Amino acid sequence: MAKKYHVTTTVNGDEYEFLCEAQQTLLDALRDELMLSGTKEGCATGDCGACTVMLDGTMVCSCLVLAVEAEGARIETIEGMANGDELHPLQRTFLELNGLQCGICTPGILIAAKALLERNPDPTETEIRYWLAGNLCRCTGYDKIIRSVQAAAKEMRGG
Amino acid sequence: MATILEKSGFNPDKKLKIVGTSPVKHDGIDKVTGRAKFGADLYLPGMLVGKILRSPHAHAKIRSIDISAAEKLPGVKAVVTRADFPEIKAGTPDGDMTRNAMAREKALYDGHPVAAVAATSESIAKEALKLIKVEYEVLPHVIDPVQSMQPSAPILHDHVRTKGIKGADQPSNVIERLDLGIGDVEKGFVEADVIVEREYDTKPMHQGYIEPQSCVASATEDGQIELWCCTQGPWVFRDRLSNILKLEASKIRVQQSEMGGGFGGKTGFYGEPVAIQLARKARRPVKITLTRNEVFRATGPVSGTKSRIKMGVKHDGTITAAEAELIFQTGAFTGSMFSNAPQAMFTRYNLKNVKTVSYEVVSNRPKVNSFRAPCVPQVVFGVEGVIDELARKIGMDPIDLRLKNAATEGYKTIYGETFGKIGFVETLEAAKRCDHYNSPVPPGQGRGVAAGFWFNRGGETTGTLNIAIDGSVTLILGTTDVAGSRISISMMAAEELGIPVDKVRAVMADTHSLGFNRVTAGSRTTFSTGMVIVDSARKAIAELCKRAAVIWGVPEDAVTFEDGYCKPAGANVGTFEPLSIAQIAAKTMATHGAIAGHSEMNVTGAGPGFGLHIVDVEVDKETGRVDIKRYTVVEDAGKAIHPLQVEGQYQGGAVQGIGWALNEEYYYGEDGRLQNPSFLDYRMPVASDVPMIGTEIVEVPNPRHPYGLRGVGEVPVVPTMAAIANAIGQCVGIRPQSLPMSPPKLLKLIEQARAQNGG
Repeated sequence: MAKKYHVTTTVNGDEYEFLCEAQQTLLDALRDELMLSGTKEGCATGDCGACTVMLDGTMVCSCLVLAVEAEGARIETIEGMANGDELHPLQRTFLELNGLQCGICTPGILIAAKALLERNPDPTETEIRYWLAGNLCRCTGYDKIIRSVQAAAKEMRGG
Repeated sequence: MATILEKSGFNPDKKLKIVGTSPVKHDGIDKVTGRAKFGADLYLPGMLVGKILRSPHAHAKIRSIDISAAEKLPGVKAVVTRADFPEIKAGTPDGDMTRNAMAREKALYDGHPVAAVAATSESIAKEALKLIKVEYEVLPHVIDPVQSMQPSAPILHDHVRTKGIKGADQPSNVIERLDLGIGDVEKGFVEADVIVEREYDTKPMHQGYIEPQSCVASATEDGQIELWCCTQGPWVFRDRLSNILKLEASKIRVQQSEMGGGFGGKTGFYGEPVAIQLARKARRPVKITLTRNEVFRATGPVSGTKSRIKMGVKHDGTITAAEAELIFQTGAFTGSMFSNAPQAMFTRYNLKNVKTVSYEVVSNRPKVNSFRAPCVPQVVFGVEGVIDELARKIGMDPIDLRLKNAATEGYKTIYGETFGKIGFVETLEAAKRCDHYNSPVPPGQGRGVAAGFWFNRGGETTGTLNIAIDGSVTLILGTTDVAGSRISISMMAAEELGIPVDKVRAVMADTHSLGFNRVTAGSRTTFSTGMVIVDSARKAIAELCKRAAVIWGVPEDAVTFEDGYCKPAGANVGTFEPLSIAQIAAKTMATHGAIAGHSEMNVTGAGPGFGLHIVDVEVDKETGRVDIKRYTVVEDAGKAIHPLQVEGQYQGGAVQGIGWALNEEYYYGEDGRLQNPSFLDYRMPVASDVPMIGTEIVEVPNPRHPYGLRGVGEVPVVPTMAAIANAIGQCVGIRPQSLPMSPPKLLKLIEQARAQNGG
């Protein structure tokens, strides 16, 4: 049996402890150890963005971060995006403008889009497209994703 | 049994309150909060991790497999090989299916499963795979389908004799030759003033769903199986699993997860039978989630093709004849559905003389699987190129040439169906009217158009509508929701019942809870399940009327239903306040118990779909890079039940086609191994690669559907590559004939064009 490491970390404001093997990724730990399965695996090689989370305020592919690196870190995932019963404006615009079809890429795209709007509240279409270029979507052709982000940005700027 | 629905059809006078609006889909909230459960999101107590050992060879005899060391590794709970799968005759559909799931006599492609383990952790499972000793006898392999057709090619299956060739008595890699035609092409070509003949090739592309296949299988000691998986067809999976594992269908319960993209690629199983056999051996639940590497190496791409296409036209624009020779690579096993291609490739034009010869060929690559309009976009890539060239040669606008030859109601197709009311002319006219086509082509850019057709499908479908005691409604559906069919079907139910769509909720059934449903494929789900649920709603309405009659003490036929209320049919019935569904439902205990409607049909009457794409491109003459500047999809939806979702289908299909057109292809090494099994090296379009995709929804109602819908999932990818190639041709001076139209290939064309123009 491979040796396991003890990790203490904060996810969406809650403190968690888990045991993991040295080679386990943060993505695996979130899903398999903490049962936070909202973060998705599409490739496990950092190419699709489905596993995007925030790690100490930085956007990362959680499949490229080792679980042990989460020690003492502050992690934000899709499960923490809504504020109680109140959806984040991005979650709402994605629903209203059909920014999702199958929904598998949606958690990663929402996390990435939120990170964008926190840095740049008024991005151009091109800036949104390049920011989200690391998040693959095979269903939508991106059109309605971009429009959903634009609508949320506008709303968050106060209309 | 004649259903209530079959007596009606499309009602143009029905006033619509819900159909045609775009409410938020009910399953959306779970998908924006991370709550939705996809294939990999089920965790069961005691669950093991399953991993599959795959052949590193493209073609090899499997002499022996020694699993003894793997079985002894602590934490390993089961190991399975071919010895754990029932023997089924090779060359039968079930024989092929079991051999694709687990190699028997031979490994037929790089990535072909040869053994699998279930262990208490992923790291133990991976270590166990390394302890399995497989003795291979490596055989010569063949990747390219044309090489595979040569007499000297290594034979994949000794039992194959080419179907469709009389007297074929030698083993061959050609599974089938199919001849399909109408009229007299020789005569047709004699009548032509201009003839164009070109050769084309397209490459296999992967469906590219972001969710890798994942499943969890559980088994009881007495042989009951539960399977959770992302599938486009739970019932089809169950029945095929029943066949290859020799288990009774009633003992296999398949529960579909949310579907993280399928596009046809999840119509067949991969790890599922392996997980079941591991679970039966281990007596614990087993989860198998494919890696992206496994998805690329071993799950179904789309057929690559070689084609020769010849068409003739008169100076007045009448197309007189069309001829095609087509080769489809199907991977290691048959199943490409290549017969779609000769049936659909020219269908949309009212041709009288058509001749096609098609071949399906195996080679040492993963078995292909369905993808939007299987095998059709590949050959339309050529057809619409020839048509464009014909238009230029006779000096006619490319849309006008298509209009001149457009099929209309009454045209008898090559596959025998006579078209009813179709919307190809209306689609072309809408394209001619749209802003994109009427805007001048910006300097330095090229514009291309191309048209496409798909049959749209019906098929066996089952569904149930239940009315709750408070008058709200639940639907039990079986056809997998791949992109939002649940909301569209809920909208049709609400429209029928005259209630807000928010009062309706749909759930996806497992295979124990509903009768058979064919796979979600061919743009059939919103159409077919919509039919079944409208039928169920009308049955429930008939029952509501009966109950109202009981409550009022009047004859059944004295009650009618209108806008959500049962009302007296006429003044002489008596004076009664209309009863709402909720009021009637509240009294079901006193009347005759629960009110529900159920329907099963083999749905017919799918309305053919047509589209025309317009695209403007810019080609960097120094690098060969293509920039898609503007794109418009014009397509007949029949009726857009949920316009935002219809637009989404148009846009998504077009962007998949952009990837297929410009980037996506597989690279095999000399050793027959796939060299680019990752999203880094297999380049699908990202957000910065594409512009907004304009849409024009044309609505020529399908007379055979109560709301007139046709199905919109397939057509959006059919003309894409052709439209882009036609646009590139305008830019570069030579129309590309080979996919993908990648920078190195386009640079060659640019040089060739320069040389032709005297440098």
